[in-house]
Amino acid sequence: MESKKVQKKQGTEKLQRIIEMCVAIENHTVDPFLLNVDDIIKVVQEYFPHWDKPEELNLDSEAIHHLASVIKLQSEWVKQRSTSLYTDPFLLEEKITQATKDEMVGVFLGAWHPLVELEQLSLHSLGEALRYWERLLPLRERWPELFVPEVGIGTASWDELVKQRVLGDKVFSDELEVFWRELKEMVKVKGVDGKMRYWDFVGADTYEETVQRAFMASFLITYGYATLEVRPLEEEIFIKPFERPVAKIATQQSVSVPISVAYDDWQKWKRGELD
Amino acid sequence: MLFYRRHLKPGVKGWELHKALGADYPKVLEVLDDYLKSLDLMVKTVFEEEKTPVGKPTLEELNKARFYVTLRGELTPKESRMIGWRIDDLAGLAVAISYIISKKGQAPRKDVEEVLGEKLLGWKVGANIDRYIRYGYLQEDDNEQLYLDWRTRAEVDEKALIDLLLRSEAQTTLPSEGEGEEEEAEEQESD
Repeated sequence: MESKKVQKKQGTEKLQRIIEMCVAIENHTVDPFLLNVDDIIKVVQEYFPHWDKPEELNLDSEAIHHLASVIKLQSEWVKQRSTSLYTDPFLLEEKITQATKDEMVGVFLGAWHPLVELEQLSLHSLGEALRYWERLLPLRERWPELFVPEVGIGTASWDELVKQRVLGDKVFSDELEVFWRELKEMVKVKGVDGKMRYWDFVGADTYEETVQRAFMASFLITYGYATLEVRPLEEEIFIKPFERPVAKIATQQSVSVPISVAYDDWQKWKRGELD
Repeated sequence: MLFYRRHLKPGVKGWELHKALGADYPKVLEVLDDYLKSLDLMVKTVFEEEKTPVGKPTLEELNKARFYVTLRGELTPKESRMIGWRIDDLAGLAVAISYIISKKGQAPRKDVEEVLGEKLLGWKVGANIDRYIRYGYLQEDDNEQLYLDWRTRAEVDEKALIDLLLRSEAQTTLPSEGEGEEEEAEEQESD
């Protein structure tokens, strides 16, 4: 009685392992030919007489069902590989790597039928082309907008360039000198300790003029007519004119100070809010 | 129409022949193919998207197909050099096409470069693949995957190529008795 129980237990475990294996094959995680169908059928046959309970018979039928699925997969595998179109990719790859250049060329030439093309002018096509050329309108008539009238090379006077706003009405260095003198005057009147707030100097009635003054102020600083004093904690910038332009300024380690002259800042300055 | 290149690609579409010759153009092509036999040429039909019909193609399928004139027979290695192919470049093309076929029509460029790099100089590998692409034998997508292009479909009998490749391997792994005799004969000749 005890041995029958042990046998049943062994049989149940074996059937469960068979089912697991079959499921793995069905899920394509295992090669279907790893399973020896004959051996499995022998195992199923061996334990079948011991089954009397419905769940045991159910397990048996489940094992047979999965086994049938595996046999189907094996059959499909054989069918696919037996068709003339199937070639084992590994086998092909192996052959490609083993073949010498000459062998490869020999093989390829047996399957290669290059295209045949002609490249040749005929009298007929030449005649057609000439007739087309005769009918073809000159480019000047087809796309008149492409042809801009030619203008001779000439010279422009100073006044003309000022008029066209290519040049200002003063020489830039003269303008800079005037601006520098203005800074010095303003510092004398409004400044403290030989300097004044940057915005008080560049700020003007219009935003455009303010930008223009900021632009000029940047040249004053770059060319050594003035310098900036930045107080990061107070967020204040002062401009300080030199009595004489400092020529050595370009040789020193210079630092760029970006100053935003935004429209909002200008409005705040106008309202006296930019402190 | 078939011999002269009218578009970017050579050959002519079925509907163009239909327009020029009428609905009976397949019969005209048959007659032409027969005539070209004596010149060792043939009319090659390449169906759209490799959809080769199982039976006799319909007129609609033929209209969508492209027709070319190709060599009917085979070239010898000497003849292939005469039409401008170096043996290295041709072997490289053969390897690239075979490799892509073995990978079911698609292979990463890196892998093809690796295979070619075993027997070709490094700088030549990339240049050759670019050349095969330029000629229309291969095409490459944005993901650097290589596929067979229109010229391979027009010029190369893919099945014959694979069969020949398999056979050539069989000969090298299982040498026949006759082969040994040939080698002996060659040795005697060289003596």
